[in-house]
Amino acid sequence: MSDMTAEGGKNTPSSPPLASSGRAPGRGRRDWPLYEVFVRGKRGLNHVHVGSLHAPDDEMAVHAARDVYTRRNEGVSIWVVKAEHISASSPDEKDPMFAPNGDKVYRHPTFYEIPDTVPHM
Amino acid sequence: MSAPTRDSLLDDATLEAYFDATIAAGHRIEPRDWMPEGYRNGLIRQIAQHAHSEIIGMQPEGDWLLAAPSLRRKAILLAKVQDEAGHGMYLYSAAETLAADRADLTDKLIERRQKYSSIFNYPTLTYADVGVIGWLVDGAAICNQVPLCRSSYGPYARAMIRVCKEESFHQRQGYELLMTMMGGTPEQRAMVQDAVDRWWWPSLMMFGPPDDDSPNTAQSMKWGVKRHTNDELRQRFVDMSVPQAEFLGVTLPDPELTLDPESGHYRFGAIDWAEFKRVIAGEGPCNDERIARRRAARDDNAWVTEAATAYAEKQP
Repeated sequence: MSDMTAEGGKNTPSSPPLASSGRAPGRGRRDWPLYEVFVRGKRGLNHVHVGSLHAPDDEMAVHAARDVYTRRNEGVSIWVVKAEHISASSPDEKDPMFAPNGDKVYRHPTFYEIPDTVPHM
Repeated sequence: MSAPTRDSLLDDATLEAYFDATIAAGHRIEPRDWMPEGYRNGLIRQIAQHAHSEIIGMQPEGDWLLAAPSLRRKAILLAKVQDEAGHGMYLYSAAETLAADRADLTDKLIERRQKYSSIFNYPTLTYADVGVIGWLVDGAAICNQVPLCRSSYGPYARAMIRVCKEESFHQRQGYELLMTMMGGTPEQRAMVQDAVDRWWWPSLMMFGPPDDDSPNTAQSMKWGVKRHTNDELRQRFVDMSVPQAEFLGVTLPDPELTLDPESGHYRFGAIDWAEFKRVIAGEGPCNDERIARRRAARDDNAWVTEAATAYAEKQP
């Protein structure tokens, strides 16, 4: 497992840091952590990742997420989480991580042959 | 300390072959995939320019917020301007997945090291301009943006889907505003025609330079970042706009505009690319004003973000 964030952000590997503008770093927005935002579209659905934003703390992140991502009833619930707290699989783990989907066909209902005459199956 | 990754074990040629195969299969590139530096930097440039356009684009219409003719129009315009801010945020979010930094991008805009759409360097002289911006400028933006919903870079495509859902409201409110004014007094109809006269050609320039003068287009299309050339999208926009102008009862300011019965497309006159280049170079009517206001927004509001940071640091 790696220490990479969900969507990447500034810690994405193979991404050289961009040249700085030369402006002195203040104690303002530049230092705010990156939050990933998840929205539940309506009751009964999962929260789904919709994007990211910067905020000084969790509470402000929720408020900003509401303004940026739910101006038209797009959601009934919002999660925000600091990107640095998300652990994720890496692209290079693709084969070993997800292989069981391919070689355990008996996990799928179509593996089992049931006569068509059996009702409600 | 982590184990060597696949990326560190494979050479660039092999990684690029994976990348090319992903795009050839019509699959999306996602943030943590290996990608050529040209792809990454080209996307950052394009997405940042797009984000800056949304943010600067709040200004021409924002000028009319306090002068809207009714509470209804004011509420609509406020919602639209707020949407433009939101679109800018979606796009900065997408740029950040490429290792760009939002504050850096804003600094580059203010220092004129990155560009925004030339269209926002024209002034909004009357309230009819608000309607024409919705109809033509947002209409042109929709032509540009709908194909970008299939852009090869996942976060950009997803941001564009959100943007396009909201742009439809923008265009329709503008057209409805114009229909209302065209049903009004002769003076109101003249205002609409005057606004159309001023915005038509700059709207055509929004699609960028002609294909034979657009050096990045071929590579952008090969990588699936762009799906159509500038000239293709411009033609599509003209074909959509002519019948809408006829319905509205306004004349598009181009004596050469005619339907070519063979192709079914409207032929239009020559675009003044010298003007386009002047405006891009910073010599449009409002370039200085737009940048000055963006700079003031950053600097004058810095105390708010500093206060929020100080408050957050004091929390247990």
